Formats: sequence, C-alpha cells, structure tokens
Amino acid sequence: MYLPNWMHKLASPPHFFRISGWLAPWLLWPAVALIALGFYAGLVLAPADYQQGDGFRIIYVHVPSAYLSTLIYGLMAAAAAVGLIWRMKLAYAVAAAAAPIGAWFTFLALVTGAIWGKPMWGTFWEWDPRLTSELILLFLYLGFMSLRTSFEEPTKGDRAAGLLAVVGVVNLPIIHYSVIWWSSIHQGPTIKKLDAPSITWEMAWPLLTLILGFTLFFAGLLLQRVQAEVLERERNARWVTEIMRPGIEGG
Amino acid sequence: MSTLGLAAAVLRRDLALAYRRWGDVASPVMFFAIVSSLFPLALSPQRDVLQLLGPGVLWIAALLSMLLSLNALFRQDLEDGSMEQLAIGPQSLPAVMLAKAAAHWLVAGLPLILLAPLLAVTYHLPGSGVTALCLTLLLGTPTLSLLGSVGAALTAGVRQSGGLLALLVLPLCLPVLIFGARGTALAADGEVISGPLYLLAAFAVLAASLVPFASAAAIRISLD
Repeated sequence: MYLPNWMHKLASPPHFFRISGWLAPWLLWPAVALIALGFYAGLVLAPADYQQGDGFRIIYVHVPSAYLSTLIYGLMAAAAAVGLIWRMKLAYAVAAAAAPIGAWFTFLALVTGAIWGKPMWGTFWEWDPRLTSELILLFLYLGFMSLRTSFEEPTKGDRAAGLLAVVGVVNLPIIHYSVIWWSSIHQGPTIKKLDAPSITWEMAWPLLTLILGFTLFFAGLLLQRVQAEVLERERNARWVTEIMRPGIEGG
Repeated sequence: MSTLGLAAAVLRRDLALAYRRWGDVASPVMFFAIVSSLFPLALSPQRDVLQLLGPGVLWIAALLSMLLSLNALFRQDLEDGSMEQLAIGPQSLPAVMLAKAAAHWLVAGLPLILLAPLLAVTYHLPGSGVTALCLTLLLGTPTLSLLGSVGAALTAGVRQSGGLLALLVLPLCLPVLIFGARGTALAADGEVISGPLYLLAAFAVLAASLVPFASAAAIRISLD
C-alpha cells in the first residue's frame, strides 16, 4: 500500500531514535513549565468554588487525566492499525510504549474521581455511566498489555495485541453507549451529576494550561518510552551497538 | 470445494466431535446449573430477593458457562494442523470462523437456553420474565460465541490462557450482558422490552458480519 516518503523515513528505527531524542526535551521542558504554571494558578490563584470550596481543585488533575486516557487509547489503536496494515515495526513499538501510560492516566482519572466523589457525592464509587466506561477502558488497556507479553515470540504478541486494540475501538462506542442506555433504560431519578457547570475564566484557564501541559508531557514521555522500546527491540542491530559503544568503552 | 461446502463440513465435524465427547458438552451446562443454584444459598432464599437478582445472576452464569468452553475452541485444530490446512486453502477463512462460532453456539449456547426456563422458575421469575430470559439469551448468546471466538483465536497459541481470555472477552461482552439482563428484569416487571430485544438482534447481526474477519486475522497471527 502507498505511503509517502517521509513516513517511510520516519518509520526507520535509527532515524526515529535520533529525531525523538532531539524532540523529547523540547516537549518535556515546556510541559514541566506549563504544569507548574497551571498548578500554581489552579491551586493558588483561582477562586474557591462557592459550592465545593477548595475541593473542586482536584479537577486540575482529574480532567486532563481523563482526557488523556481516551486520547491515548485512540493513538495506541491507530498505531496498532498502522502496524497491522503496513507491517511497520515502529508502530508496534509506539503502541506498546503508549499502553502503560494510558493505563496510568485511566487509573489516575478513576482515583482522583473517587477522591473527589467522596466529599461531593458522599461516595467513592457510583455505577454511573461515565465511571463504568472509564473502568472498562482500564480493563481494555490491561488486556492489551497482558496479551502482548504472553507470547513467546514478541512479534506475535505485538500483532495479537494490535488486533485486540483495533477490535476495542469498534467496541468502545458500543460499550460506552450501552452503559449510558443501561442507566436510562430504566425510569428513575435522573440527577446529572457530571453535567459540567459553565466555569469562570479564572478557573478555566489553569485547566486549559494543564490539559496542554499534560498532553505535552505525554508526548515527550511517549517518545522516550518508544526510544527505550526501539533499543530493546533492535538490540542486535548494528546502529544500536554503534550508539551504545561510547558508553560501553567509556564506562 | 465451495466456501459454503467447507463451512458446512467444518460445522458438521465440530458437532460430530462434540457428540463423541459428551462430557465436554455437558460440563458448561452443569456449570450453569450449579453456579445458578449457589446464589440462593449464599445470598437469601427469599422470594423477592431472588426475583430481583434472578435476571442478572442467570445472565452472568450463562456468560461464564460459555466462556468455560471457549479455551478449547481452536486448540486441537491448531495442534493437529487442520487449522493450517483451512487457512492455506482457497476458501474464505472468515466463513470457516463463522462456522466454528456457530458450532460453539450450538454446543455451548443452545443447551443453556433450553435449561434457562427451569432455572428461571427456581428464581420465582414470573412467566413474562421466563420468556424474556429465553428470548434475550437466544438473541444474545450468538454474539457471545462470536466475540469469544476472537478471544479464543487470539489466545490459541498462549499457554494457561484461561484468565487472559476472560480479561479480553468479558469487557467486550458487556453490552450484551447489560441489555440481556436488564431486558429480562424489565420484562419481569411487566414492561415491554422490544427495545432491548432489537438492540440484541442488532448486536448479533453486527457481530456475525464483522467478527469473523477479526477472528480470521487473529487465527492467522496464531498460525505463524
């Protein structure tokens, strides 16, 4: 199948290794700056909520994590699909590197949500559609990770887990909507707990800063993790020995 | 041999194998009956409690029973090389996978549906609930067999795949479980459940048309 030339070039492991090594600091340092700024603004400058008091401030961790948990799944599945369709080895490395980060952000979103839920709703956990879908997302990440590592041949694990990720994309919306319909299929008290109230600009801009900061942090972290994955996968290749030689000789 | 002829032959062969190994067919059914009878003992034998829990409990028990027989779906075919022959043949592999899933449903799904009314009565479900349980199982279990076949094909080359298979397949089965169990519960309350039934039928059609391609791709990964 046709691929533009720059994609072929990018897909070559040594080339990608060099580019990502150069790019990662340019993503991570701004990420640190943005996260520091966002936390200062969110935790100190932003006014307390008139209803939730200071409790609302956990939103500054919760929302970026929840947003990344879905974004990363999409990216992971897209990378897996590229690997399956074009048989691109690097794409599998990207999917493999993204999965644990995505699982952690999903976990973080669930934990911060639970901590937030206790004082606000009076409960750590509620079988609310959004919470349930997020939990299922965590299971999909865990399934991907365990399937990938359960084969003796790593390439087989990559392809099997990649197929699972792609199947998961088809099924994710179905799961999501079935969970929503499940609670509305039955007539009952409908309190929209998660309906976001329109928030003032003073509260919103730190949030947007943090979303951008978290995303950059993820991108930088992903590049570094892909670098590590590539080194491990290509450990018998000549370019890896050449890169590593100064360290071996010097050390 | 035509693709259709091959699919029919695979289906006949799987049914003949199941007929000769009667124990493999009986164990999921017995599992279904035993798990369903544990709940009243562990929770409470009270009539209203059982009526409330019945639909969900019976659906979960049916789901787990079907999962029980998935492990073996492709294992022997892979070990004796017949799956390789099917894959390199000129006929379409997705059709073969559809036949395998159909055989799994006939062997592991259909007996559960036949047993379900009896168990539903022990949970004191009203007549409408018993009918709804059978209908939702009839429409829902084919989807479970199909989704399960992808998981089984993905893990066919993995040793000790039981727990892994559950981790992969159960989240995907969630929509079927929700509409099956909730639909049954609604019907037991005397409501019309054409909505959940249509949705279950739609899932089954969607799964039958898409999933065989995924399981064919999965079994090709397990083959090389």
